[in-house]
Amino acid sequence: MAVDEQLKIELGKQGIFVTTIQELYNWGRRSSVWPMQFGLACCAIEMIATTMARYDLARFGAEVFRPSPRQADLMIVSGTVTKKMAPQVVRLYNQMAEPRYVIAMGACAISGGPFKQGYNVLKGIDRYIPVDVHIPGCPPRPEALIQAFMTLQKKIDGQPLTGEGRPRYLDAQAQGEFPVPVEGEHDLEPASNKGVWPVPITIR
Amino acid sequence: MASSPYFSLAVLFVAALGFGLAPLGLAWLWARVFSPPKPNPVKNAIYECGLESRGDAWIQFRSAYYLYAIIFLIFDVEAVFLLPFAVAFTGLRAAACGAMLVFVLLLVEGLAWAWAKGILTWA
Repeated sequence: MAVDEQLKIELGKQGIFVTTIQELYNWGRRSSVWPMQFGLACCAIEMIATTMARYDLARFGAEVFRPSPRQADLMIVSGTVTKKMAPQVVRLYNQMAEPRYVIAMGACAISGGPFKQGYNVLKGIDRYIPVDVHIPGCPPRPEALIQAFMTLQKKIDGQPLTGEGRPRYLDAQAQGEFPVPVEGEHDLEPASNKGVWPVPITIR
Repeated sequence: MASSPYFSLAVLFVAALGFGLAPLGLAWLWARVFSPPKPNPVKNAIYECGLESRGDAWIQFRSAYYLYAIIFLIFDVEAVFLLPFAVAFTGLRAAACGAMLVFVLLLVEGLAWAWAKGILTWA
């Protein structure tokens, strides 16, 4: 049962704190997101800077970088995803426990960036795994990563536990496995995950 | 029953049990209601930094490696004990010197044994 916002504020003024299980649960989840400890390229250096004392990601409860995907909630794809690396990234994403989130950090992770024309660079990790927040920039400044992180927190906060709009991990029917691409003769096979990334129609 | 001197203990025991079991039960209930498990072969695979694991982790090591362990003990670990002995040598009494000598002799015995066995020869 949702509580009226105005009523909540009025009750708060009287010293009465009202909440719902969903709010409490989401508050806990968004305040303890543990990112996975892995970096792909130069964006990772900015990610490291974000966790250090100056930018201090610990303020958001996300300072615990886990070296195992089993313990991580958030994958920060920080840097260029080469076609050789893509299967590993997708496999790691598969091995993370639900609920899991992805931040695609930097131009390379979201589109291939300056290396888009390269034969060996994946044109965006969102071809294989669902990305929650994209950060543009080359590389994005630590503030941009913090902004992305706050956006993700807002997203987590808004996720209902039940009903139509509930996230994938709460839906027993929703897809749980994301196919890991294999190296084919000319490209990764499949070239993209159709369920995650609808191939754009090129009009010439 | 309530008149039993152990009644309060029983109450405390049940409370302690509940204190431990209630979080477990709640977690189980939460998992049942809100988190449908979706296991799959990729997710359940052995974690290998994103790579697929190859072969078996149950490798047998040759027991002959004990020889290297003994030689290591003689030549390396002995030095750790010999250094403080050498530093404090002039101030030591005869009994302490004798004890150290026994220790060194035991190790020398091991060395002699290794020599006799022929494992000091580089094959």
